[in-house]
Amino acid sequence: MSHYDAVVIGAGHNGLTNAAYLARAGLKVVVLEKNDYIGGAAVTRELHEGWKYSNCSYVCSMMRQAIHRDLDLARHGLILVPYLGTVNFGDGDERLIAYHDAEAAHLELMRHSRHDADAMHRLETDLTRYSQLIRKTLMRTPPDPTSFKPRDIMELLWLGKKFWSLGEKELYEYVRFFTMSAAEFLEDYFENDLIKAAMASPGIIGTALGVESPGSAYILLHHVMGDVDGSIGAWGLARGGMGAISQAIASAAQAAGGEIRTGAGVQKVLVEDRKAVGVVLENGDEIRSDIVVSNLDAKRTFTQIMDKNDLPDGIYDKAKNFKIRGSSGKVNIALSGIPTFTHLPDNPYVTRGGQTFSGSLETMERAYDCWKRGTWSDDPFVESVIPSAWDPTVAPPGQHWMSNFVQYCPPKLADGPWTPEKRDAFGESVINKIERYSPGFRDLIVHMEVRTPHEIENEIGLTEGNIFQGELTIDQLFFNRPFPGYGQYRMPVKNMYMSGSSTHPGGGVSAVCGANSAREILIDLRKPNTVPEDDFYDE
Amino acid sequence: MSSQDRFAGERPRPSPFYPRQKELNIRDAWASWNGYKFADYYYDAEYEYFCVRNLCATYDITPMQKYEVKGADAEAMLNRMVTRDVRKIGLNRVAYCLWCTDEGRMIDDGTIFKLADDKFMLTCGSPCTAWLKMSSFGFDDVSITDVTDDLAALALQGPTSCATLKKMGLEGIENIKPFEIRMFPFHGDTLMVSRTGFTGDLGYELWIQPGLALQMWDELYAAGEDYGIQPYGEAATNMTRLEAAFIMPAMEFNEALKTVNLNHDQTPFELNLGWLVDFKKPHFSGRSALLEEKKRGPKYTLTKLDIEGNRPAEGAWIYSDKRCKKHIGYVTSAMWSPAVKANIALAMIETEHLDGDLWAEIYYEKELRHYGRVAKCTKQDKPFWTPARARQTPPDDY
Repeated sequence: MSHYDAVVIGAGHNGLTNAAYLARAGLKVVVLEKNDYIGGAAVTRELHEGWKYSNCSYVCSMMRQAIHRDLDLARHGLILVPYLGTVNFGDGDERLIAYHDAEAAHLELMRHSRHDADAMHRLETDLTRYSQLIRKTLMRTPPDPTSFKPRDIMELLWLGKKFWSLGEKELYEYVRFFTMSAAEFLEDYFENDLIKAAMASPGIIGTALGVESPGSAYILLHHVMGDVDGSIGAWGLARGGMGAISQAIASAAQAAGGEIRTGAGVQKVLVEDRKAVGVVLENGDEIRSDIVVSNLDAKRTFTQIMDKNDLPDGIYDKAKNFKIRGSSGKVNIALSGIPTFTHLPDNPYVTRGGQTFSGSLETMERAYDCWKRGTWSDDPFVESVIPSAWDPTVAPPGQHWMSNFVQYCPPKLADGPWTPEKRDAFGESVINKIERYSPGFRDLIVHMEVRTPHEIENEIGLTEGNIFQGELTIDQLFFNRPFPGYGQYRMPVKNMYMSGSSTHPGGGVSAVCGANSAREILIDLRKPNTVPEDDFYDE
Repeated sequence: MSSQDRFAGERPRPSPFYPRQKELNIRDAWASWNGYKFADYYYDAEYEYFCVRNLCATYDITPMQKYEVKGADAEAMLNRMVTRDVRKIGLNRVAYCLWCTDEGRMIDDGTIFKLADDKFMLTCGSPCTAWLKMSSFGFDDVSITDVTDDLAALALQGPTSCATLKKMGLEGIENIKPFEIRMFPFHGDTLMVSRTGFTGDLGYELWIQPGLALQMWDELYAAGEDYGIQPYGEAATNMTRLEAAFIMPAMEFNEALKTVNLNHDQTPFELNLGWLVDFKKPHFSGRSALLEEKKRGPKYTLTKLDIEGNRPAEGAWIYSDKRCKKHIGYVTSAMWSPAVKANIALAMIETEHLDGDLWAEIYYEKELRHYGRVAKCTKQDKPFWTPARARQTPPDDY
């Protein structure tokens, strides 16, 4: 029977990051992955020959530079590359092009509304200010507000100081931000429907909230606080697909002596005397370890791979009630050529990048209404990207693959369980929507993969297919993530930790959760900290 | 407006590729180089940089100075001028070279193409007709012609560059090795391709007579469409060459013949280019001074630095202590490297202090206020960007 210093359950990018840091600190670590491939939701899969889909997460902005650099991911083969040109498609013929050049972008906004073009500067300034504060907290462990430990008190003071430095007016605004809806928030800035819809769209990605739901303003902020090389709000692609991120981190972990085992699903965490002592695999093998790290979401961790009797009172119920609602679908399409869209100039810098079929706030809210009723909309919100136009490695030359992220898609249907027929009908709704803006689109389709929350949960183990491993609402953020009292990566059972997006700072391919969690483990082991603590935010 | 251009005398000249560049230079971001109109960038410098690292991109090197050196004494003459042994350059091979004054101070660097036993091409950044003439003194059978305007040249760099040239119909292009030259028939003329470049990545340089320049451009861009081809300018060049740790005149070195103040120019040893100085070959300009320099050791050494934080250390001074008491050098080029995610720089540092602590005093501006920070520097042995594909033959398609 093998004995490890640490086992990490789940080879998602955060679990791998956690293992990389533990291995670098000299621990004997093994990562256990149920699938035959690693990466979790940061994965590249060749499901049709010649096409490599990032079939879950598909763009990248939150990956922390400090980790990228510290783990030397460039030498392990990772390069993040930009894509250009995002277009928002209105309900009718209106188009809003996000030109790369600031002045061109301003002129384009003016075409829709002179008022909103000016207001955009104010919005960008405000979002940058809010983002800066949140960004500073990303690579730090949230303080426990009820604790009297010097570290928590110091951290609270630090946080208080950062908040106060915003000024009194902004402080009030900031608090409002966490409770407002994206639509309400944007009402303060804009008058044009398409501009409002375009700016609101990051507020619903991945969440079971609508543009009118309180809390969606924060989701919006969560999606714009990332950056690409200091350009806040910018998004990029991982060359080779999102799996390249996981592969590079895995390579860094292995270079430091870490071990990765695929096809090794964990059935149960072993607990003795309220201490985690190892895991039992689905094949019955037992692996003993001083530390157990779960990279699974909080609900799955405490309701599926742990025995209720091993947990302190109340934890099971907290986990069961953890808000982790599935809301998104994903349609990955291999195309024989580049699609063209109506009412757009023939400018390759804007027609081949990202397409957001947002319509209006009204359309987005109606799609949400369908989700509430346990069905999907025939006029869904779709955010598309054509990575192959910017990354030569993911489709044959001249052919393309298009990632389509769909809001909304319910995890459970009102008319009974998901079936392959229903899944395909959901996929049809997406193709119909794109075809409306790109006549002939359907004829370009070579292969297609439709993923509802049902597939996402079953394949990569995200409960209900929730991409964030739990809603990003204030009751589940910061020191409340995943549960109040457990915001510092340590779990209710001794020697057990969490490293996934169910922990602070939440969803996104950032590698922060795994890194922060490794730092806490090293503190408990009284080892020197080797995990970077800030991402050079002296903005 | 009269039909005569009143300003013709001081307007930069268009390159043979200008008609195509004009359409693609959406930002109208023009600079000039050796009198040629020349793009600083076309769409966005950082995007173009990424095309070099991720797709493929073209850079107009027509303005680079090109000299044809011909005759039975051509080899001997060049060998007398440059520090490397020209006799060792194989036929249809290119060698990176530099040349110095008698005092061993660097005049310029460039490349020598060996096209026949008695025919070479020398390329370099600045005009050097006078120095070439002086260097040919005493060699009877050598003729030197400035062919800068007779040869249009375009660098194609990036991971899909080989695939693009293959698609363009250059048969066997995948077999040419780094620093190798090959001729391809092109519309009744010859297209010369060398596997060279200034980006540290997979790449080629294409040389063609100006009359066929647009034809070549069009065929190249048609072939490159599915491989993400994009023109890039000076700004992206400067980023890629710094990641590859290549030196630039007026950045890392001040050309000796244009240096007013004593020792404000550099020796090859200071620039970490000692490997290009061959003392075993016959006499060459600067030999005895360089021999002495080698024995003594250079005062400064060009050093690759990885600097903490993300503020580029442009123009920063280097100190041996955090309190900035002992000044030991200066940064010559600095940038945030988007590919490596590191804050990189080249710096001239007093050799005797190289093994100690290195701190950079960096100043930056934020909304009109000025800030400073002192950042720890770590020496790097290897260039910041060294993809395997740059040396691989045949290279992959991407």
